Amino acid sequence: MRKLLRTIFMVDLIEGLWLTFRYQPPKYIYTEQYPAQRPKVAERFRGAPRLNINPETGETLCIACNLCALACPENLIVVSSERNEQTRRKELTAFTYDISRCMFCGLCEDACPVDALELTQDFELASYSREGAIWDRQMLEEGPEPTQYKY
Amino acid sequence: MPETTFLDATELELNMGPQHPSTHGVLRVILKLDGEKVLGAECVIGYLHRGVEKIGENRTYQQFVPYVDRLDYCAAVSNGLGYCLAVEKLLNLEAPPRAQVVRVIVTELNRIASHLIWLGTHALDIGAQTPLFYVMREREEVLNIFERYCGARLTTHAFRIGGLQYDLYDRFQEDVKAFCEMFPHKLDEYEELLTGNRIWIGRLKGVGILTAEDCKQYGVTGPLLRAAGVKWDLRKAQPYSGYEQYDFKIPTGENGDTYDRYMVRVEEMRQATRIIRQAVDRIPDGPIMAKVPKVIKPPVGEAYVSIEAPKGELGYFVVSDGSTQPYRVRVRPPSFVNLQALDRMARGSLVADVVAIIGTIDVVLGEVDR
Repeated sequence: MRKLLRTIFMVDLIEGLWLTFRYQPPKYIYTEQYPAQRPKVAERFRGAPRLNINPETGETLCIACNLCALACPENLIVVSSERNEQTRRKELTAFTYDISRCMFCGLCEDACPVDALELTQDFELASYSREGAIWDRQMLEEGPEPTQYKY
Repeated sequence: MPETTFLDATELELNMGPQHPSTHGVLRVILKLDGEKVLGAECVIGYLHRGVEKIGENRTYQQFVPYVDRLDYCAAVSNGLGYCLAVEKLLNLEAPPRAQVVRVIVTELNRIASHLIWLGTHALDIGAQTPLFYVMREREEVLNIFERYCGARLTTHAFRIGGLQYDLYDRFQEDVKAFCEMFPHKLDEYEELLTGNRIWIGRLKGVGILTAEDCKQYGVTGPLLRAAGVKWDLRKAQPYSGYEQYDFKIPTGENGDTYDRYMVRVEEMRQATRIIRQAVDRIPDGPIMAKVPKVIKPPVGEAYVSIEAPKGELGYFVVSDGSTQPYRVRVRPPSFVNLQALDRMARGSLVADVVAIIGTIDVVLGEVDR
């Protein structure tokens, strides 16, 4: 009898409708207003790569050991270096990083012995050309500058 | 004698997909129809083939870990766990206790996330649009925990061979506990929307029946097998990563129809919450990484490890020839094997039911095509 009444008065459907109705107040809005409201990503987020420099002297921290290039599954890092005859040390000449093939696995930053290469919290990596996705040393040190929209 | 035209034919062949919304855009099903009745179904796969197994032969053991995340992208953590366990078996080492407990927590969170996305898309295919939004909201909480823990949300690369790369962040336990507090209530809400709903019952009850005998013949595992009444869960049958220490039940169904599979998966989410609750209180101190050489060169041999992924038995078969790269990596994906049963389930049903049946298999094509 109870089951029949529940069927006639469509209790099962009304219960569901009541649930959706309970979520109507604006305080339950969960959507992020992306370009206006920028998401704050986690501290460990793996985003755009950065080649760290010593903030005081402006010299690169990279010792051109090539470990990141060896660790990379996609072989997208190219490190070139030359030997300085006076100090007898390897010095970095060029560093390229192909963003378009990167899958942000983080193996390169794990491999880096001096914390020079790092994946940062920047996540806007779009560019107008394919060449723009290949980052050279200067780009890696300065980081991307995404357009900030004002509303 | 009149000439026969195509109008006289009673059997019709129809391509469902790859653009059909319920087939994820990458699965083509050739249906043989008599009116609305399905006489047979054939799957055409390969639209998402990337040759992951072949890539594995050209990468070192550590370098291949991020690729396995891309097989079943809804449950990336489970894939990583399976591969890491297989290589650890080759190397004959075991992850430290702290790493094992963290692995269990993260994998179970991923099971919840995977089942949630299944619930949302399956309900959407049937025509219930509301659960999708609620489900995504709760999944977001899980993904936030992943992001804070390992830095990525979907293709996490959370585990390494021999343990973990990242230790827990400061508020990990609080976050996980808060999620476990909140989540069962949200599950009740989904059930309020769906379980008793007459349309939901009408669309799912008695659709796509797969008996226990059929399941065994096709090699179907996971929730499909358990919905047919077989109590088989690899976490209980051959425990890995310390699953024998946790107290949880294996939910089973009776009829093996689509509705039972829905109930089994919802109950599995509850049980996963129970496992996480137990695990988060017993995270031991200690190292997170076993002693693994920088260059992994396993001895010549082979290892097969299978784990209970959200979709069924996920197996990794790794062959080593003693070099730094695997000689062969073979994946036994649950979706691929489960998809074979589509023909058996779809026969005799209506075209609209095929949508429900594809949804109930919980197929992820990244895993089917590899």
